[in-house]
Amino acid sequence: MAFWARQICVWCSSVKTCSVANSIQRLRKTHRTWMQLHQHSALSLLCSDNHFLQCGLKTNRSVSLGSHLQSTNSSNGQIRSSENNLLSPVNDCQQQAEIIPSSDTKTLYEDWEDTPPSSALEEISEEEAVQIVAEPPLPLESFTLRDYVDRSETLSKLVLLGVDLSKIEKRPNAGQLLLRMDFEKDIRKRLLFLKDVGVEDNQLGPFLTKNPFILAVDMEALETRVAYLKSKKFGKEAIALMVSGAPFLLSFSVERLDNRLGFFQKELGLSVQKTRDLVVRLPRLLTGSLEPIKENLQLCRIELGFRHNEIQHIVSKVPKILTANKRKLTETFDYLHNVMGIPHHILTKFPQVFNSKLLQVKERHMFLTFLGRAQYDPAQPNYISLDKLVSMPDEVFCTEIAKASVQDLEKFLKTL
Amino acid sequence: MAVARAARSGLNGLFAVYKPPGVAWFRVRDTVETLLLKELNSLEQPVVQQQVRFVPTTVEGNAGKELTLVATQLPVLAAHPLVRGPKFTSLKIGAGHRLDTKSSGVFVLAVGHGNKLLIDLYNAHLTRAYTVRGLFGKATDDFSDTGRLIEKTTFDHVTRDKLERILAVIQGSNHKALLTYSNIDLKTQEAYELAVEGLIRPMEKSPPLITAIRCLQFAPPEFQLEIQCLHETQQYLRKIVHEIGLELKSTAVCTQVRRIRDGFFTLDNALLRTHWNLQNIQNSIQESKIKVKLELQRSLGYQSRSGKRHTDMDQVAESELQSTEGTFASNLTDKMR
Repeated sequence: MAFWARQICVWCSSVKTCSVANSIQRLRKTHRTWMQLHQHSALSLLCSDNHFLQCGLKTNRSVSLGSHLQSTNSSNGQIRSSENNLLSPVNDCQQQAEIIPSSDTKTLYEDWEDTPPSSALEEISEEEAVQIVAEPPLPLESFTLRDYVDRSETLSKLVLLGVDLSKIEKRPNAGQLLLRMDFEKDIRKRLLFLKDVGVEDNQLGPFLTKNPFILAVDMEALETRVAYLKSKKFGKEAIALMVSGAPFLLSFSVERLDNRLGFFQKELGLSVQKTRDLVVRLPRLLTGSLEPIKENLQLCRIELGFRHNEIQHIVSKVPKILTANKRKLTETFDYLHNVMGIPHHILTKFPQVFNSKLLQVKERHMFLTFLGRAQYDPAQPNYISLDKLVSMPDEVFCTEIAKASVQDLEKFLKTL
Repeated sequence: MAVARAARSGLNGLFAVYKPPGVAWFRVRDTVETLLLKELNSLEQPVVQQQVRFVPTTVEGNAGKELTLVATQLPVLAAHPLVRGPKFTSLKIGAGHRLDTKSSGVFVLAVGHGNKLLIDLYNAHLTRAYTVRGLFGKATDDFSDTGRLIEKTTFDHVTRDKLERILAVIQGSNHKALLTYSNIDLKTQEAYELAVEGLIRPMEKSPPLITAIRCLQFAPPEFQLEIQCLHETQQYLRKIVHEIGLELKSTAVCTQVRRIRDGFFTLDNALLRTHWNLQNIQNSIQESKIKVKLELQRSLGYQSRSGKRHTDMDQVAESELQSTEGTFASNLTDKMR
C-alpha cells in the first residue's frame, strides 16, 4: 500500500501541476482508501475488458485531472478527465502544486497510524509484479480527444459506432460532455431510444457527430417530444425521416416545435397534410430560426412578384427556397426573367431552376443562344423545358438538347 | 496512404485554369483548392494502427490459475481517421497575374513548390495577350457596358480603316515608350541583336505598355481587338477602348476582356471548370514542367552572356508573339532602324 503511495508520488512528480501529493492531510485521508483500492484494483483488473487497458492508478478525489473513482468494482474502472477546450485550471489545488521528492516520503509516512511503508527494493510477489501497469499519465488538459480515446471506454465505443470525434472536439463543451458520460448508464439508453424512433444503425454515427448534446437531454423530455409529433399525426416513417434529417429536432422543446408548425401552417396557408409533407421533406425548417424564412417569403411576394398560390406551389415542390440565400435567389431570378425572358407562370412550373447554379444556367443559355436553339416558350416549336436545361449532366445536355458535341461546348465556353 | 502521398507529391508546379467571367479570382483559387483537398482525402485508405501490449490475464500455469502478461495486438484508436481528422487540410496554391471579376481567360496557378516559380515568372516580365470586345455609341463611367450611362453618340461615320489608323498610332506611341522604359542604348550592337530577335522590353516596373494591337472583327456597333501588352490591368484595357472611341469622334464601351495567353500558357493549356480534378491538374503540371525548365535553362544561359539583363522566358514567348502577330514583329524591327 505504501508501495502504491510511492508509485503515485513518482507518477505525480512527472506531471506538471500535481495536486495529488500536495498536502499531508490529504495523504492521510487517502491512505486508507488506497488500501481498499489495492484490493479493488486487483479484482477489477481481473474482470477488465480485454480490449481496453485500464490504468492501474485510481484516485479518490476530483482533482485537476478530474478523475474520480468508481468505488464499486462491478464495472470497469475508467479514468475520466474533465478538461475544457480552453486551457484553464479546474481546481484550487493547482495553486498549491508541489513536487515532493521521494526522499521525504519516508519521513511523511512515519506520521501515519498504519503500518510503515516498504521500500522500492523490497521483494514483491509475482502477482503484484504483473499487476503494475506503468502507463504514461493522461494529460490534465488537452485541446483534442486523441489523448483520451484509447483509455476511455465511452470514446472508443463511440468511434467504433462511427462518431467523428475530430469534428466534435472543435465544438465548445461537446468534448467535455462526452468525456463525462458513461456509455453503459447514459449513452446506451439514448441510442436504443433513437433506434426505436427509427434512425438507422449506420446513421447513428453521423447523427451524434452533428448533435452530441442529445446525450444530455432527459429521457422523459425525448419521449414527450416524440409523443407530441405522433399526436400531430406524423407517421412512424415520417418521424424517423425527420429525426434523421434534422439531428437537433429532439433537442427542441414541445412549445418551440408547436410554434414552428403553427407558423408554417399560418404563413403558407397550405393544407395540414401538405404542411406535414413539407416538414418531413425539409426537417431543418423546424430547427432553424424563422426570421430568414419570413424574409424569403416577403422577397418572393414583393420583389420577385409571385402570387400567393404560385409561392405555395413552388414551396411544396422545392422547399429549399425558404432557406435559400436571398442575394443568389434574386440574381438567379433576374437572369431567368430579364435576360432569358421567361415569364412567371413557367418559372412556377419548374421551380428547380432556383436550386441550380447560376453560372451553369448562364453558360448553357449562352450556348443555346449561340446555336440559335434558345426557345423557352411552350407554344413555339423546338421548345426546351427548364428542368431539362438545369438537371441534366453535360454529355446528355449536349447530345439531346443542344444537338452538339461536348467539345463544341468546351470550345464555346473558352470564348466567353 | 501511400497513394495519397504519391498524389500529393505530383502536385508541385504551375498550371493554368480558365477563369469564367463574373467570378472573383480568389474564389477560383479557393474552389480549386477545395476540390483538390477533397480528392486527396478520399484517396487515403483507413488503416488502423496496431500496437502490441502486455495485458495481464489468467493463464493455466504450473500451479493452477496464475496471472501472467500476455502480448496481444490491440488497435490504437488515436490514429483512427475519425479521431485525428482528414490527412490533408490545406494546400498552398498561389495565383499568377490576377484577373478582375468581369474579365475571363487564362489564369495561372501554382501548387506547392511551384510557388517559387511564380516569382521567376513575374520577374521574367513576359507579355500577355487579350481579346477585347467593344461597342460603339455609348460611354459609361467605368468604361464597361454595365456601368452608369454618361453619353450616347452616333457611330455611322466610323469605318474599319479609320479604326486601324487609330490602332497604328496607339501602337507607335506605345512602342516609343517601350524603347524608353527598356533602358538600353539604341546605338549598341547588343541592342541591335535584341531588336532582331524582338526581345526589347522593360525588365523592371513600368506603366502599362501595349506591344501590339490589331483589329480582328469589325461589325458596327461591335468590334473586336487583339492586344499584346505588358504590366497591364484589365481596367486599363477598358480605358483604351474608351479612348479609341473618343479618338474616332464617337464613344465606345468595352463588353468583354478575355486573356488568351499569359507568358507561355495559352488557351489550350487552360483547364475548364468541368475538368478541375486531380488527374487533369497533375497532367497539366507535368506538361508545363518541361516548358518551364527549358525556359529557365535558356534564361540562365543568356544571363551569363549579358550580365545586366536577366531574361528568363523570353525566347519562346517572343517567338509565340511573332507567330501570333504576323507582320508586327517586322514592323518593330523596321522602326528600330
